[in-house]
This record gives sequence, structure tokens and C-alpha cells, in this order.
Amino acid sequence: MADLKKKRMLTDKIFKVIFLVFISLGLVVLAALIYDIVSKGIVMLDWEFFTRFDSRFPAKAGIKAGLFGTLYVIGLMIPITFFIGTATAIYLEEYAPVNKLTDIIKLNIANLAGIPSIIYGMLGLGVFVRYLNMGRSVLAGSLTLSLLVLPVVIVSAQEALKSVPDSLRNASYALGANHWHTVYKVVLPSALPSILTGFILAISRAIGETAPLIMMGALTFVMFTPQGIMDSFTVMPIQIFNWTSLPKTEFELVAASGSLLLLILLFILNGLATFIRYKYSRK
Amino acid sequence: MSNQKVLEVKNIDFFYDDFQALENITMDVEKNKVTALIGPSGCGKSTFLRTINRMNDLIEGAKLEGDILFDGESIYQENVDVVNLRKRIGMVFQQPNPFPKSVFENVAYGPKIHGVTDKAKLEEIVVESLKGAALYDEVKDRLNKSALSLSGGQQQRLCIARALAVKPEVLLMDEPASALDPVATAKIEDLIEELKNNYSIVIVTHSMQQAARVSDMTGFFLMGELVEYDKTDKIFENPSDQRTEDYITGRFG
Amino acid sequence: MSDLKNKDKKSWASYFFDPKIRYMNSKKNKNGLVNYVLLLTTLVSVITTIGIILILLTDSFHFFEQVPVLDFLTGTKWNPLIKPDLAYGVLPLVAGTMMITLGSALIAIPVGLGSAIYLTEYASTRFSKIIKPIMEILAGIPTVVYGYFALTFITPNVLKPIFPNIRTFNALSASIAVGIMILPMVISLSEDALNAVPESIRQGAYAMGSTRFEVASRVMVPSALSGILSSFILAISRAIGETMIVAIAAGMRPQLTSSFLKPIQTMTGFIVQISLGDTPVGSLQYYTIFAVGLLLFLMTLSLNVISHLILKKYREVYQ
Repeated sequence: MADLKKKRMLTDKIFKVIFLVFISLGLVVLAALIYDIVSKGIVMLDWEFFTRFDSRFPAKAGIKAGLFGTLYVIGLMIPITFFIGTATAIYLEEYAPVNKLTDIIKLNIANLAGIPSIIYGMLGLGVFVRYLNMGRSVLAGSLTLSLLVLPVVIVSAQEALKSVPDSLRNASYALGANHWHTVYKVVLPSALPSILTGFILAISRAIGETAPLIMMGALTFVMFTPQGIMDSFTVMPIQIFNWTSLPKTEFELVAASGSLLLLILLFILNGLATFIRYKYSRK
Repeated sequence: MSNQKVLEVKNIDFFYDDFQALENITMDVEKNKVTALIGPSGCGKSTFLRTINRMNDLIEGAKLEGDILFDGESIYQENVDVVNLRKRIGMVFQQPNPFPKSVFENVAYGPKIHGVTDKAKLEEIVVESLKGAALYDEVKDRLNKSALSLSGGQQQRLCIARALAVKPEVLLMDEPASALDPVATAKIEDLIEELKNNYSIVIVTHSMQQAARVSDMTGFFLMGELVEYDKTDKIFENPSDQRTEDYITGRFG
Repeated sequence: MSDLKNKDKKSWASYFFDPKIRYMNSKKNKNGLVNYVLLLTTLVSVITTIGIILILLTDSFHFFEQVPVLDFLTGTKWNPLIKPDLAYGVLPLVAGTMMITLGSALIAIPVGLGSAIYLTEYASTRFSKIIKPIMEILAGIPTVVYGYFALTFITPNVLKPIFPNIRTFNALSASIAVGIMILPMVISLSEDALNAVPESIRQGAYAMGSTRFEVASRVMVPSALSGILSSFILAISRAIGETMIVAIAAGMRPQLTSSFLKPIQTMTGFIVQISLGDTPVGSLQYYTIFAVGLLLFLMTLSLNVISHLILKKYREVYQ
């Protein structure tokens, strides 16, 4: 009997160690990745990196085109996605009748969230670039990315709306407010911090997206910044991808600088989202 | 006939972080007797019960000072085998909590982890335990059905059978009938009456009538203190402490 | 196990007759205009799905007009660009995708489940509080950066010392990177599933004298199985659809090989490759993208549906 006991305790201890190693794996990789990007990226990250365009010479390569392209595309995307995403969530949670059709729509959105991003690229290529004749423009890119992150925005906004207690709604009705008034003035403000947090995280995801934009024709070697929404463009991740694919090893450092910049940008955004989450959860 | 002590609680203080939940508790639990713990809600009865099988170890920030002896040996020493302790001291909870498995698998769980692999032996133990919990006749045709298809009272008796299957010496019951209807409650109380022949039982209950019906010894808890501990008859007919009398007669709680 | 099925399926009729649902439906739709505007925005999601299906179907159709479906699905040579010897058998791409998926699953599933178990049974709350944000960071890293890391760090510094014959572009480095990328997802979803098991069941298991490992393996994981399995399937679906990591690190060589040390090409990698080139719109090469895309879509869709069904049909009832 004692042998079995020992075996059981040993098994428990062994697996504790194994699981601990597993968790450390993620930490180790993250540490290695950050170390790698920072140590390589710092080398060429100077003010001129921001103000130069891409070049055949690594020492002269800069991320200006990608930076502006990202700003344009994401900038255009933000109001579109926020409006449509929040409105859809409001409809589904506050207005839609409880029936099978609504269930199907909700199921459809959950499904869209799981479709690979490159398929959205095909959608963008077929519909926006070709069928609607927008060409390989900032507008087409924004719309494509909007559709990509929309399901995530909708679902997180739905969760935010669901967590507003009914007591608030009832109090509003009891004061004589109609449905829209209640939603707009009571429910929405209460849910807004959570909606924003989810939205910011969705935008960070969009900033890092490469495949759909490559698919719909964002260029890789670009020496200009977009002047209007119908101009062609590139974005930071695509420039990074381009530099990574080039044979000259110095470009490896340039790619690291681009990655570092991208990570810093995302870090700031995530910090913002976390800040909002904490500030408003103490209410 | 001298009453053997199966548990000796020696001056224990218990803390959840800074909050003191139990203050200077000393009592002896006698073998093959039913010991009831009564008192108003939130006064530490369940916490005390959980110190006996060290279930409080699962809660972060829980700390015990003092000692408890089980069969003469301290259970709060450095290298006490807690896993074995919980085999020898079984527990039944307030809400029935069968595993989402079949009736058979629920009862077989304990023997399996303690080394019984022979199918025939497992069956024997399961049947014996179900009989010991007065449940066998009701479930003998559905041993492979999910335990969750049983009624509340049946689930609770299943939990008792599950506890019995590892052949404990002590059975801790935390308000075992509070979630059940009167008929199911009566069955549990009859069961306790039978079980005490083979096990020592400590039962927490908020029903004084139940304590009076079922137990040999009763302890009255108030605000983390053990106010009075004596034979059940004495507690209910002629309590020594005024606070006990107030509680018994319903002046508070 | 049929009595464990989800008990609250709604019949069509209940939407009509259930008083609670009728009440909830009557309270809404008070403001006509607002209602319609919101409905229109909701339709965007519906149109998106229709759009995806239409594009994939019509453009694949142009492909299958010229290449028989059977040749596509069973052919073992994939060479749509370089004349002569054009071949349109998609199996090398599928094999490449499967290799990456298998490799990443071998990493992410055990490590992910083990980590989730550690967090729920072994770790203190302080530890969990530190790990959570780190996992979120890991999940937020753009795939281009993972690809870069795989190519410029994992292959030369980690793999080359172990396998000196490994090529610069290889399936192994991409598998590892994809595995790490989906790891947070497995951990988070498995943890949710484990935490959904009521605490009373967990306590009951400990009260029987079980070790932590026994509680985790014999009670908690079986009780959370549907959620855990569904998390695995979703992670695999994500791995199949992953594009940039494989495009950067795994190579552009569609070949049927079982060696992880060699370059391969995945379905997604191929699509990106074509998009970067000068393929004229309307050519057969152009439509190839959509045929491969359709296959990709069907694969991930099936997995997502299966995951959803597992959750729905086998969700454990605890009470």
C-alpha cells in the first residue's frame, strides 16, 4: 500500500514540474522574441527611420510609407468599424426579436470570427477592388480590414451590453423614457468602457494584419505616402514582411526595427485598453 | 466503559488572513458516537469541521494554530500525509456534489485511486457502499446511468456511499440534509443512526431538532467560540451556559 | 450518456407560445426608424458571409471549368506557374498545411492543457495574475513578427545546432512559431472550461483523499471535456488558416515530404505567393487562388462547426 502511495505522490510531483515547465515555455519564448527584436531593432531605429522611404540600400531604408499607410487605413477604419460594430451589437442585444432568425445571425457572426484572415483578403479583392472598382486603394483596404475585425468588435460589444444590469434599464423605463432613449442615454454609456476596450484590442489586431492587404494588392515597395483614400498604399507589417524576404542580411536589422516599432505601437494601444478597463471597472 | 477518543482538538485558533474565525476550541470526539455542532449561521461550525480533514488547506491565507490529534497522532505536523488523512476522514457536503459520471463511477472513484483495480472487487465495494448508504435498492438497475439523473436526496446518499467506499474511520457531515425535503431528511437521519455503529460521525446542523434527534454529544458554537460541549440530553434539557439556553429556547439565531 | 444532453433546446413553437419570449419581443421595436437603421448595420454581417461564399464559388468555378475537380483534389504535383509541366494537384499544399498544423498542435495542445491545469490546480493567485497578462501579450504579437522570429532566430539559433542539415526555410521553425501563436488560445479556453466546473465538485474530489494530479486528470478534465476539446479544434482551425508565419519561414516549395527539415508550401502560403506576383486578373493562375481558398474555407468552416456542435451537444450538466 505504501508503494502505491509513493507512486501517487511522485506522479503528482512529476506532473507539477512538467506543467510548470510548460508554462515557462511560453515565457521563455516571449522573452527570447522580445530580446531578439529589441537587440536587433535598436540598431537602426533612429529618427530618420521614420522619415525615409524604403530603399534598395538597407542603410537608407525607412518606414515612412508604411507608417503613413497604416495611419490612413486604420484611421479610416476606426469610425466605420466602431459605428457598424456597436450598432449591430445594440440591435442584437436590445432590439432584435428573440427568434430563430436572430439566433442564426448571431451564429453567423460567431462563425465569421473564425474564418482565416486571408479569406477576407479574397473578399476584399473580389468585391472592393474589382467589383466595386475601388482599385487597390486605401478605401478598399480599410473596408476589408473592417469586415475582418467586425465580428470580434460585435461579440465583445454584445458582452459589454449584456453585463449592464437590468435594474438600470428598468429604472429608466420607470421614469418614462422610451426604448431608444434608455439604450442611448443609460445602457450605452454604462457599457462604453468595455466596448472601447474590446474595440481597441480589435484595432491592434488590424494593425498587425498582413495577409488580407497583400491579397488585395497593397504594394510592397512603395516610395510615397497616400494623399487620398483612393490612393494605393502599403502598411507597416507589409514593409516588415518585404524586408524579411530580402536576401541582403542587413535588411534583417531593418526588419527588426520595423517590428520593434510595430510592437511599441501595439504595446501603447494595449496599455490604453488596459487603462480604460481598470479605470472604469472600479465604478 | 471508557469512551475512546478518536479526535482530540487542542486549543485551536483559526484565521482567514487576518480574520480570526475560530477562537481557542478544545473538544474531544468520541468513537462510534454522533457529535453534533449547532449554532447560528456564520459562527464557524463549517470552518471547524473543515479543519478536521484539512480541507481549509485549499484556501489561500488559511492558518491554524494549535493541534488536532487523530487516533493520538497530530494531523498538523510538517510531513503529515494529507491525502491519506482524507481517506481516513470522509466528508459529505451541504449541497450534494456527485461527479458528472455514472453512479458506479462515483462510488468507485475512491477505491480506484487508492489502488483497487480488480473489476470484481470494485463491484463488490460499490454494492456494499450503496447498501451501507441505503441507496442500493433504488439504483441497482441504473448503476451506469449518470449520477445527475438521481433526485436530490438520492444524490446526497450517493455522496455518502462514495465517502463510505474508502472505508473511513470518521465521517464529517456538513449540514447534509439542509438542501433536502423532509422525507429525504428523515432517510438521512435514519442512516446516520445506523452508520454510527461502524463510524464516528461529526455533523454540523442548523436544525436543533435534528441535533437532538440524532446525536449523542452536542457542541454549541457562537462567534467562533465553543461555548458549551456536553451530552446532547444535558445541552437541550439543562444547559450550563446562559448563551446556550438563549439559543436553544430561540431567543436568537 | 444521452441524459447529459443540453436540455434547453428551443423549438420553433416556443418562440410563438412561450409567454416570457413574447413579453421580451413586445417590449422592443418601439422606435421604428432606429430599429431599421440598426437592422441595416446588422445586415452587414450577413452580406459579408454571402459575399465570401459568392466570391469563392464564382471564381473557383472559373478554375474548375478548366481543371477537373478530381485532378485538383487528388493530384500530387502542384505547379501552376512555371511552364511547361503545369500541374494542378493540390495535395502537396494540403500536406504542407497538415504538417504545420500537426507540428503546431503537438506543441500547443499538451503545453496548453498542461498550463491550464497548472493554473487551475497548482498555481497561487499571485502566479496566475502574473501569467495572464504575459499570455495576452503573446497572443497579441503580429504574425509577421512571429514569422521573422522563426526565420531569423529559431532556425539559426535553436534548430541548426540540433539538426545541422536543416534548410533555411523549413516546416519545423514555422510549426514551432504557429504552435506558440495558438498557445494562449488553448490555455485561455481550456482554463475557462476547467473553471466552469463547479467548485463543489472539485472540493468533493479533494475530500476523498486525491492528489492534485488525480483531481485534475480524473475529475476536472473529464468534467470539462467538451470545452477543452472545442478549444483544441478552434486552435487547429486557426493554425490551418495561418498565413504570414508560413509564408516567411516555411518556404515556397510545394512538395510532398515527411521531413520537417525541408521547405514546404501551405495553401495559405501559396495564395500569398501569387498575390505578390504579377498574375494577370482573369487568368487560370488567378483563379487558382480561389480554388485553394475555397478548399481552405471549407476546411476551417467544418472544424468550426464541429467545435460548435461538440459544445452544444455534449456540454456537461453539473446540477
